[in-house]
Amino acid sequence: MALADIRQRPGVLLGAAILLHVVLISAQVNTVSGLPVLQVVTFGSFAEVQRGTMAIVDGVRNFWSGYVALRQVHAENDALKHELQTLQVRLQHEHAEAQRTDNLRQLLELRERANLETTAADVIAAAASPEFRTVTIDKGTNEGLAADMAVISPAGVVGRVILPASRASKVQLLIDRNAAAGALIERTRVQGVVEGFGDGTLRMEYVPGSSDVKPGDLVVTSGIDGIYPKGFVIGTIEQVGAGSGGYHQITVRPAVDFTRLEEVLVVRTVVASHAPPEGDE
Amino acid sequence: MKIVGAGAAILVALALQTTLAGLVIRGTAAIDLVLIVVVYIALKAGPVPGLVAGTVAGLIQDALSNPILGIGGLAKTMVGFLAGVLATQFILTGPLPRLVMLMMATVVHAAIFMGLYVLLDLRQFPNPVPSVIGQALGNGFVGVVTFQLIEWLPGFVDRRRAGRFLKR
Repeated sequence: MALADIRQRPGVLLGAAILLHVVLISAQVNTVSGLPVLQVVTFGSFAEVQRGTMAIVDGVRNFWSGYVALRQVHAENDALKHELQTLQVRLQHEHAEAQRTDNLRQLLELRERANLETTAADVIAAAASPEFRTVTIDKGTNEGLAADMAVISPAGVVGRVILPASRASKVQLLIDRNAAAGALIERTRVQGVVEGFGDGTLRMEYVPGSSDVKPGDLVVTSGIDGIYPKGFVIGTIEQVGAGSGGYHQITVRPAVDFTRLEEVLVVRTVVASHAPPEGDE
Repeated sequence: MKIVGAGAAILVALALQTTLAGLVIRGTAAIDLVLIVVVYIALKAGPVPGLVAGTVAGLIQDALSNPILGIGGLAKTMVGFLAGVLATQFILTGPLPRLVMLMMATVVHAAIFMGLYVLLDLRQFPNPVPSVIGQALGNGFVGVVTFQLIEWLPGFVDRRRAGRFLKR
């Protein structure tokens, strides 16, 4: 009866015969690594079964932990979000503190390097009108500040004190249309006057057209105005053109980023005046 | 009775194959008598007897001569089954269809046999096509002649006996 059934299903018989032969061959043949093929195939096949079983178990576990067991997670999620926000605020505060510390360190280095009597001050306000490029610092006459004292930063010259109060002072920035400073080109020692142009750039005036001036030259204070100590960086020459009256028309890019002023030094040392102050308001 | 006859045919083919091993062309036996017997059984009895005959004959042949038991058996099993299936679908009684059948069986057998050996990196068969073609032609010719003889001989003997009886 069973033999008759098998004869009716030759495909089954063929599959059984092929399987028999494959097993028989596998038992005699070794793989490249020297292990019997039968062992390798059996292990490999069973490993796939194990892998499948493990995938099912993992799926059930993930379903349980990812969906069923999440009923308590909502409150925990809210608490974590709140904690995250708190930490983000704290991180921003720490970042700001670090930045401030770095600025102060640079300011301290400048103070030591300049060998001048200075007072550190924080910028507490900007100009009330866009027509005037001024800032307010948190030091005034109580700290010994007076009018026409130079204000510098680690990057270069900032401006001068124009209105000292008891606990605050107004500082005219060098880029103000009415500001000016005695300057010289560091490479050639050619002197001139740097003036604010009102648009964030500076102009260097009174530089003879015959003098050697090139874009990229560094412009520093000359000290002849009696306000700014000599040798502090004002900026870099950006453009040189032919001006009127036999002078160059020179555009200077300020070294100081006036949009990011936070801490400055007010130079309290009186600079010996060799010439009348330039750029009075 | 048919099973006994098939077994006897396989044994005879094996005995002849081992004794006529001198029929060799370029190192490869030009005629596989066992394969011819398996194909004949499949053509006459169908896929299952062809499969069983191929398995038994192939395994015995492997045991006698091949290093790996089962490769020849698998090849002959497949050939026996396929030949049996084709025999149930087409009329393969004429010499030409049988010649084609035997040549195809030889090619399939060689492909499985050599393919498995190469796949398992047990043996290489450089330039196998000429030897396979030669074996296909040899198997085809010998097989067709043998088939015709087997089917023609019993009737011939009967006719001779009947003729003697009428003369008397």
